[in-house]
Amino acid sequence: MEWLLFAAQLGTLALLLALVYRPLGDYMATVYTSPRDSRAEKVLYRVVGVDPANQQSWSSYLRAVLAFSAIGVLTVYALQRLQLLLPFALDLPAPSEHLSFNTAISFVTNTNWQSYSPEVTLGYTVQMVGLAVQNFVSAAVGIAVAIALVRGLASRSAGSIGNFWVDLFRGVIRILLPLSIITAVVLVAGGVVQNFAGFTDVTTLTGGTQSIPGGPVASQEAIKELGTNGGGFYNVNAAHPFEGPGAWVTIFQVFLMLVIPFALPRTFGRIVGDNRQGYAVLAAMASIYLLSVTAMTAAELAGGGAATQAAGAAMEGKETRFGIVLSTLFGTTSTITSTGAVNAMHDSFTPLGGGMAMVNMMLGEVAPGGVGAGLYGILVIAIVAVFIAGLMVGRTPEFLGKKIGTREIKLASLYILTTPTLVLAGTALSFGIPTVRGDIEGTSIWNPGVHGFSEVLYAFTSAANNNGSAFAGLTANTPWLNTALGVTMLLGRFLPIVFVLALAGSFAAQGTVPATAGTLPTHKPQFVGLLLGTVVIVSALSYFPTLALGPLAEGLL
Amino acid sequence: MTITRGTSRQYLVALRAMIVLTVITGLAYPLLITGVGQVALPAQANGSLVTVDRRVAGSSLIGQSFTDADGTALPEWFQSRPSAAGDGYDAGASSGSNLGPTNEALLDTVDERRAEIAAREDVAPADVPADAVTASGSGLDPHISPEYALLQVPRVAAERGLDNAEVRGLVESMIHGRDLGYLGEPTVTVLSLNIALAELDADSAN
Repeated sequence: MEWLLFAAQLGTLALLLALVYRPLGDYMATVYTSPRDSRAEKVLYRVVGVDPANQQSWSSYLRAVLAFSAIGVLTVYALQRLQLLLPFALDLPAPSEHLSFNTAISFVTNTNWQSYSPEVTLGYTVQMVGLAVQNFVSAAVGIAVAIALVRGLASRSAGSIGNFWVDLFRGVIRILLPLSIITAVVLVAGGVVQNFAGFTDVTTLTGGTQSIPGGPVASQEAIKELGTNGGGFYNVNAAHPFEGPGAWVTIFQVFLMLVIPFALPRTFGRIVGDNRQGYAVLAAMASIYLLSVTAMTAAELAGGGAATQAAGAAMEGKETRFGIVLSTLFGTTSTITSTGAVNAMHDSFTPLGGGMAMVNMMLGEVAPGGVGAGLYGILVIAIVAVFIAGLMVGRTPEFLGKKIGTREIKLASLYILTTPTLVLAGTALSFGIPTVRGDIEGTSIWNPGVHGFSEVLYAFTSAANNNGSAFAGLTANTPWLNTALGVTMLLGRFLPIVFVLALAGSFAAQGTVPATAGTLPTHKPQFVGLLLGTVVIVSALSYFPTLALGPLAEGLL
Repeated sequence: MTITRGTSRQYLVALRAMIVLTVITGLAYPLLITGVGQVALPAQANGSLVTVDRRVAGSSLIGQSFTDADGTALPEWFQSRPSAAGDGYDAGASSGSNLGPTNEALLDTVDERRAEIAAREDVAPADVPADAVTASGSGLDPHISPEYALLQVPRVAAERGLDNAEVRGLVESMIHGRDLGYLGEPTVTVLSLNIALAELDADSAN
């Protein structure tokens, strides 16, 4: 029965995504290739002081990304530290320096890791003017970087990779904002609140008191899902009835998290002039997604762990209205994109179910991954895949007519090494530095035994992959974790972006080589299989030992 | 020198872009949604509040506890799930327990709850459903499963001197099926059920 419902819900999702794949993917391709600026955009470019016709080299594109992101970090940091001076602060004091540092980086890097409990930490102005703005722009930055890489691959003769400012504004104004407006209204209709009422004190039926929160939630919720950001307006994120009021809203939210990442392969195919390339990438992404969501659902329905078995079902940390299946559908989607929202507490998932959430992130979030980040992630893996195939047949590998030479494979390798290095180093330092270890074990870890190790491993996996979900029992609001996770998020976001844009520049500078009989076709099932194998082998080699110490040890004890 | 000037120009552009985008996405957009919400969908936008005797008694989306000040269940009401939000259903402090699946503390808590509920409802421990012995993710779950609601019928009916079948009929009429027949799980909203129960009780007293 559960499996039948699971299949029906997954089928609904697949149908909705299939319906929008071509129109949305084609539309996004038009957005990023159209030579025309609207009148409003021209005015904005004049105000900002950029020439939209200016084509940037990869290094000036990168400098613009970094400058814009640096300003973002400073803005969000300042807004938090000055919270008491802002309207709608709800009398909440300014968060500490290390927490503000962590939160600023978290939202600028599209991670939305939250070391804090929002309803007792941040007023409406910081959430709306600080955090939700970053939800828009960090998503637009992600798409822009992916598009820059695609332009590099598509360029026929020493082409440019575009203009960052134009890509940023078009992403926000033509894609994210219109979609968010529609989405937010639908969410309000479903029960998500949108007001500035603060807390409403009511006398409950039995004569007790309850303080019902308010806030501009729907507007933030919409972009939180669409931009694969994931930061909750409330502490428990979409498990909160005001963020995730019901079952159909949940399917809608899952759709929102997937809609842009799953349509971007179409955009990619369009821009490189071969839609079959898009379908191949889509096939790889969808296969991993399907396997993953099935595995997590199976683990949760089976109900591992002594406490779960005593309860009769894995309902600790889950909402009645969602049950197990909508919780795993949401949890998988959130961790395999870079969203990190939750509608159930992953810390209370069964050992292998919670382990799947980690595996999803460790796969590099490429199935379909975050907005933009998923596409550039899987394209880098595709480059590695054609390289491996090239080694097997002894030919110089090429991808879409671009030679994969020493420089390209170095950049792709650096990209792939970045995240595992950050995850493993962060976790290792947390347990390796004696004073830090005392703090981690004494203050931060919530659950005893190997599950406690998993909480720390999960945190660094989440930060390095810019996911933002957590085994939330972990108390992360400490100087060490706020700082270490902040640095991890920063490097986990921008080092890959440096390598991707360098790749884009290197492809754009190349001419194209014509395909020959010896060229590996990258639109056939054979290549999809090769791509899948590369994703799995790269992450399995990097992470298997730590998984064995955490969720595997707990699940197989 | 040119590098410095170029760099500072870059940051000025970035700053202006941030300000412009903040005005659009951080002010205009949420205010537009607030306007639409307050005009077209005021009930939902303001938290789906429910009133009893023209007094706001809570939200149909936010669970409440039906216990005394010490947290002991009041037997004349249908009980909500266990809650890890503050002292229980503290709407200002949403939280799950975050206890892990192999945590002894959770195992003990689940066993205690099961024994307590089995005694309260006078049923075999094995008949207590999972949602009754586990805390929700939010700590504010407004629902219980139909099984847990039906399990509570004899106790509530006896406490209030109501007819068992009548109370059971009330519960059955308030079971909300899966959305569109296949999304999510069937639920009973505890606050709405208890409000209807109080009305039923008042009617039969007259």
